[in-house]
This record gives sequence, C-alpha cells and structure tokens, in this order.
Amino acid sequence: MIASSWSRRVRACLPAAPALAFLAVFFCLPVAEILQGAFRGAGGAVGLDQFHRLASTPVYAHVLGMTFLVSLITALASVILGYPLAYMLAQLGERARGRWLVWLMIPFWTSYLVKTFAWILVLSRTGVLGTLLVSLGVQHVPTLVPTLGAVIVGMVHALLPLAVMTMLPIMRTIGAQYRQAANTLGASNAQAFFSIYLPLSAPGVAAAALLVFITSLGFFIVPTLLGTPHETMTAQLVISAVLDLFNLPFAGALATVLLVCSFVVFVLYDRVVGLSSLGGEPPAPGSRGKGVALSLLMPCGHAVDAVQGLWRRATGRKGYAPRSGSPAGLKVYAVIVIALLMLPIVIVLPIAFTNTDFLAFPPRGFSLRWFETFAFSPVWQASLLRSLGVGFSTALAAVALGLGAALAMTRMPQAWSKPVFGLLIAPLIVPRIVTAVGLFYLYARLNLAGTDAGLVIGHTVLAIPYVIVTLAAAFKGYDWRLEDAARILGAGSWARMRTIMLPLLLPAIASAFLFAFLTSFDELTIAIFVSGGLKTTLPKQMWDEIQLSVTPTLAAVSFVLIVAIALIVVLLSMFRRKAQK
Amino acid sequence: MAIKLETRGLGKRYGDVQALEPTDLQVHAGEFLTLLGPSGSGKTTLLQMIAGLAEPSAGQLHIDGVEATHLPPGKRGIGLVFQSYALFPHMTVAENVAYPLRMRRVRGQEMQRAVTDALAMVKMEAYAQRYPRELSGGQQQRIALARCFVYRPSVVLLDEPLGALDKKLREHMQLEIRRLHQELGLTFIYVTHDQEEALTMSDRICLMNQAKVEQVGTPQELYDRPATRFAATFLGHSNLLDGEADGKEGFLWADRRLPVPAQVSLSGPMALLVRPEAARLVAREEGLVCGPVVETVFIGSDIRVTVKLASGSSFVIRCPRGAMPAIGQEIGIAWNRDASVLLPI
Repeated sequence: MIASSWSRRVRACLPAAPALAFLAVFFCLPVAEILQGAFRGAGGAVGLDQFHRLASTPVYAHVLGMTFLVSLITALASVILGYPLAYMLAQLGERARGRWLVWLMIPFWTSYLVKTFAWILVLSRTGVLGTLLVSLGVQHVPTLVPTLGAVIVGMVHALLPLAVMTMLPIMRTIGAQYRQAANTLGASNAQAFFSIYLPLSAPGVAAAALLVFITSLGFFIVPTLLGTPHETMTAQLVISAVLDLFNLPFAGALATVLLVCSFVVFVLYDRVVGLSSLGGEPPAPGSRGKGVALSLLMPCGHAVDAVQGLWRRATGRKGYAPRSGSPAGLKVYAVIVIALLMLPIVIVLPIAFTNTDFLAFPPRGFSLRWFETFAFSPVWQASLLRSLGVGFSTALAAVALGLGAALAMTRMPQAWSKPVFGLLIAPLIVPRIVTAVGLFYLYARLNLAGTDAGLVIGHTVLAIPYVIVTLAAAFKGYDWRLEDAARILGAGSWARMRTIMLPLLLPAIASAFLFAFLTSFDELTIAIFVSGGLKTTLPKQMWDEIQLSVTPTLAAVSFVLIVAIALIVVLLSMFRRKAQK
Repeated sequence: MAIKLETRGLGKRYGDVQALEPTDLQVHAGEFLTLLGPSGSGKTTLLQMIAGLAEPSAGQLHIDGVEATHLPPGKRGIGLVFQSYALFPHMTVAENVAYPLRMRRVRGQEMQRAVTDALAMVKMEAYAQRYPRELSGGQQQRIALARCFVYRPSVVLLDEPLGALDKKLREHMQLEIRRLHQELGLTFIYVTHDQEEALTMSDRICLMNQAKVEQVGTPQELYDRPATRFAATFLGHSNLLDGEADGKEGFLWADRRLPVPAQVSLSGPMALLVRPEAARLVAREEGLVCGPVVETVFIGSDIRVTVKLASGSSFVIRCPRGAMPAIGQEIGIAWNRDASVLLPI
C-alpha cells in the first residue's frame, strides 16, 4: 500500500521532471559555480581574497552602497506611487479595469531599453524638457542627465508598472464585503481602509517591493545611460569585470554579494509574508508582528477621521456617502501616473520622423529615412530576425516545460510543491546578471557561447518563472470535477487533456506564451554575454549603438517596438474581452 | 406597538433597472421580521439601504422616528450579519469581535468583558484565539453573530445568514437565532428566500416579488389568507382553480358552481385557492370536484394524492394515512368553504 502510494506520488510529479532537470543544469549549476568561484583567489587557492578586495577598495564599497540605495529608493517609490493606482484598479469592474489596464500594459511591456532611451530624449540638453525650459525663458538649464535623479526617475518609471501588476492580484482578492462589514460595525471609510484593507493588501505590497528591489539590484541599463560614473551600480561592474578585465573570480565575488543579498531579502519575505503571495494568493494570516501593526494602524484611521471631520466642518460638506467605486481624486491621480508612464514613450514617436542627423526636440522636417536605415541595414535586419526566432523558440520551450511543471504542482503533496515552486521561480529572484555570468562560464565549456541555442536556453531559464506564475494561477481556478465528468463520460487521459483541459486553459497558455516571448525579445543581460559580433539580438544591437551615440535610427527602432507592443496589448485585451462574453 | 424603523417611499434604481419600487414598510420594536422573496425580488436591496450600504434613489428611512436616510452605516445603531460572514481574515476571533468596540473607542477591561460575553452568548468562548479560516462554517456564523451583538445594536439585519450551511446545521442555527432574538429583545430583520425558514422563524413576514412588497403579515395570515396568486404559490403548496366569481357567494369553474368563503361577494375572473391539507377525499358523487387518481405518494405521517381534474389541471390532497386509493380510481374532493381563498387572477 505504502509503496504504491509512493509510486503514485512520484508519477504525479513526473511532468515536472523536465523543467526541474533543465533548471538544475542551466540555472542551479552555473549559479553554484559562481558561488564557489568567488571563493578562489588569483592563484586558485580557496579563500576570501576577492571579498577582501571588495571590502577594502572604497570604489567598490561605494558601488555596492549606491546599488542598495538606488534599489531601495526605487522599490519604495514604486510601491508608494503605485499603491493608489493599484487600489483604484482593484475597485473597478472587470470591463472598466480592462480598459485602464491597456494603458498600464503598454509601458509595462515596452522594452527597458526603449524606456531609457526615451528618458535620454526627454532629459538631454537638446531634449524635450531642456527645450521647453529654454522656451519658457529659463537662463541656465541645469544638467538633467546624467545625474542620480535621472537614474532614479528612469528606474521608477521602468519598474512602477511591475509594482502595480504585482499588487493588483492580491488587492482583487479583498472583497467589498469587508469594507461594508467594517462600515456597519462603526468604522468610517478611513478607519476601514487602515484597519482592514491595508493589512490585507500588505502581502501584495511586500511582494511588489521585493520584486522591484531584486530587479533593481541587477539593473545596469538605466544607470549606464542616465547616470554618471558616480552612480555606477554593481551589475555594471560585473559586466566590465567579465568583458573588459576578464577577471572571472572578481565578477563571481560581485555576483555573490548580489546573490546573498537577494537571498536574504527573499528569505525574510518568505518568513514574514509567505512565498505563495507571489502567485497572487492571499497568504495565511497569523504572524507575530501583526498585532503590533494593527494597533498602530487603527489610530491612523482615527487620525484621518479627525482631519476629515475638521475639513468637513470648515467646508460644510456632508460627510458620508456609501461608496461603489473610488473617489474622483483617486481617478485623477491614476490618470496623472499613467500619463507620466506613457508620456516619455509617446514622445519618442514623432522624433523618429526627424530629417536631421542628430536628435533634437522638436523634430525638424519629416522623413522616413531612419526607418529605411533600420529596414535595409543587414545588421539590424539580422538582429531583428534573430530576436524573433529566439523569442519564438524560447516561448515554445518555456511553455512546454512550464505546463508540465504547473500540472505536476497541482497533484503533488503540499510538502513537495512549495520547494518545487521555489525552485521554478528562483530565476526571478536571482538577479539576472548572476544567472548571465554563470551561463557565460558554462557556455564557454559547452561551446554554446555565441550560439542561438545558448540564447534560447538562457532566455528559457528566465521565462520559466513567468510561465509558472501564469499557469499556476490558471490551474488554481480550474475545476477538476470537469475531468471526473469527462472520465465518466468515457474520455481517456489524452482525450481529456485535448478536449477539456487545453481548451479551457488556452487563454492562460496563450498569455504565458506571450509573456515568455516578450521576456526573451526584451532580454539584454544574457545577450550581452552570449551573443556578439554579427550574431546579435535586437536589444544587444540597440545597446551597442546607444552606447556609441544616440542616433535617429534608434528612435526609428524604438518607434517600431512601441507600436508593435501597443498593437499586441490592444489585441490581447480585445481577445480577452471576447473570451469573457 | 412602537415603530422602530420605517421606510417611506424608499426605492432604488440602477440605471434602467428598478431594483426596488418605492416602498413603505414599518418594523415594530422587538419583532422578528423576515423579508422573503425569490432572488431579484429586491429584498437584499432593501436591507442594504436600511444598513446604509446602498444609497436610496428615492424616499426616506426613519429609525426611532429620526430620519436616517443619509447616516453612515456605523451611526445608525444597526448591526448586519453577512451571508458570507465577512469575518476579517487577518484578525483572530477575539479581534474580530472587539473590532466594533475599538471603533467606538471602548478599551481595556470593558472591551474584554464585552467580547467574552458576546462569545459566551454564541457558546464560542473556547475559540477566541483562533483565526476565522480555522473554523467551520457554522462556527464562523456564530462569530459573525457575536461580532454583531457585541455592541448591542438596536436593530439586527441578517442577510441570508444560513445560506451556506447544510440542512441539519441550518435548523440548529435557526433555533439559535430565535433564542438570541428572545434573549436580547432586539429588532431583527431577516432576509431569506426559504419559505419554510420564514414561516418557522418570523413574527411577521414581508413577502417581496419583482422589486416590490407583495404582502405583509404574520406567517398564519400569509399562509391562510394570501392576498395574491404569487403569495399563494410561494408559501406552501396550493391548488388553484381558474374560473369566475359570480358575486353571489359562488364560483363558476368547469360548469360547476363551487362555494366561496362566506360574505365574499366579488365577481369577475378569479382563482380559487385550496391548500392540500384543507381538502379531503370523498366518494365521487359527494365531491365538489372529481377525477381519476394519477399518483399516490407516501410521505411518512401523511399521504399525498394527485387527482387529474376535468379541466386538465392536477389537484393535490394531503391526508392522514388510511386506505390508499388505487391509481386510476375515480374519486371526489371536498373542502369547507371557509378553508378556500378567492384570489385575483
């Protein structure tokens, strides 16, 4: 009996085996290698030489400090600015939310490179803001880029949509009946918000802060393009250690510091909030710090009430109205935030049609010649085709591996599914730069460096967590009784999958596929290490060019990418609306 | 009897949909009033407006003679028990029950005592430190009741509170809620779509249909003297004969003249209602109506006999056990004229 139930469990886990094996070889192994490599000195002896060098060189200490500072500010700003927006979106009906989300998804999906490029156009001396200030009669326009401020603005702009998208699923699980219950029990809207809504949404806030912080730790696009050397971040050092200095152990040591930090933050998160809330699930309540937090939050509600009371007395306004939806002020705020997210992206569009050889605002003349340059240059052409091919292959591989793993997770015992889920989403938690350096080592030995296969493998590693999160949520909502019904009606296991499960999960599989495709299409970190020379991807080609000079060709490329993303987002939302009917 | 709560022309419209026609309703102090009706009849809308969770589009609400139409829910002195319980998942049972007290700035020992008392009232003292998700549906229901009673609201609204429970537990909780009503002496307004629940629990029933009040009365009044066809069919089983009243204490149906209740002199097309237990089986010739038996069902203490009438409709009789008539046997049905009710068509 015991043996058979054991073997049944193992069989239930079997669909996860390919994904787990894949990650073991192309993720765990390289990351582990970096870790151990970091503990080797120049002569190969085991020791803490590299870390000693890190700690004793003020420049490196400064870089590490800057990395944390920028990441922390980015995480806090993204969560604080994003919370009201996410709150408003969560209160809306399904259809209204769909319409709003389109405007959030466009900046969310737009490539980091394009977004950063847009900020260069906005902030540079001859850019939008500078021109505007001069035309308003400002005498000495301060340097806007490169500065620390520009880095932070660029980072928050890049990651705020991620924060909102992470908070939203958990906020949507908080039903209106809690606020209504609090209202009838004597709480004002403010008190209900602070004592009920805020604590219940806290796991989403923590998840958003965690993801933004860890993503920021490995960021190099924004600080390289919008910052001075003073704002150098760790990932930039790693890249230069590998590509310029060929000092792999030192790169390993830097990567180890990033890795350990992410790990610590992550473990803290799991302890306090619980891993499952990353998948949009409300966490189990009952942590120790919570009682304290609650007794701090209730007075907040009373305080807001007192202020509102004064305001009401001063303005003579009537106090209470039962709410269905959100106050107008919140909508205004949401419009402003979304406008700020969209604006830099939109500004790129007219600039692509400039007739000049340099970029300036407002664009002069009208020509399509930069689009011609993009379309007819063999380098750009090849890189675009390669990116499309690699993206497509990555999406296929990631969905195939992820589907099996997500399916197995629904069947395996709970004690197993938690660590399996942890491993599957680990590539999201480990800063990309660490994974990339690890793969760089591995590929050198496997002769995969510079190959498309190497790119696809690396991108698949990064895409698997997104696929898993999307599919796990879909499986959670899947009614397994339908399987039983089909079985009784005579469908075999293959027929059940083909006629019941796949059609019902198709929307989720399609969005997982798209998620994986876009992850690969926009991926730069691995591409920097793995592709090179004539075999570049589109982001890598843009990156190489953007570092040399900011040319109108880049604006044309950005134009094409932005329009493509916007089309995909609009098509997807139309498709989803149709599926809902 | 003193009037606790009163709606005057209270109505609600969502866009083109009239969720509740302007409604006048008086609730007496200390009574158990049930809002009964099928889904979409407007009963939950009415409850929500009494609670202050939905803004009325017309009319007024008075509580204790004071206008309360636009008061915030927490200032109306009412409590609401939700169908989904709406226990706060991040708080323990004790914290949930203490919540309304904290909102009223009741602190320390006084708060502790009130929480303990409320939990004792629903026999859940032992569960104070649990979280809602660790409790069964019935237990969560008790906590929701305790959280509602702890601040002694003078009106308690219950929105299908037993909807999620199984039959056995439902019946038990019905008794519990009745007991709490009697012990506390508060005014209860109870929403349900279950007619049996309404009949057993209520002092008065407000029957609702298609966004308006159909009839208000005690359970006996509603059962014995339904005012409309809907009231007759929604509460209990009924046999309805469609015919014409002749205005002389007679009812013309399928070339027969049936007696109607004494002193009723209505005329025109009407329906005659006879409850299954008010009719009895007699010999074919003695029956007011007659026909062949098409079905007999044994239901424990009683039997239920279905007779096919000449008009093609069925007539159901519920009678004590005895000789079970054979299927196909021609049989007559009789009833006392005062046990029938004449209804508008």
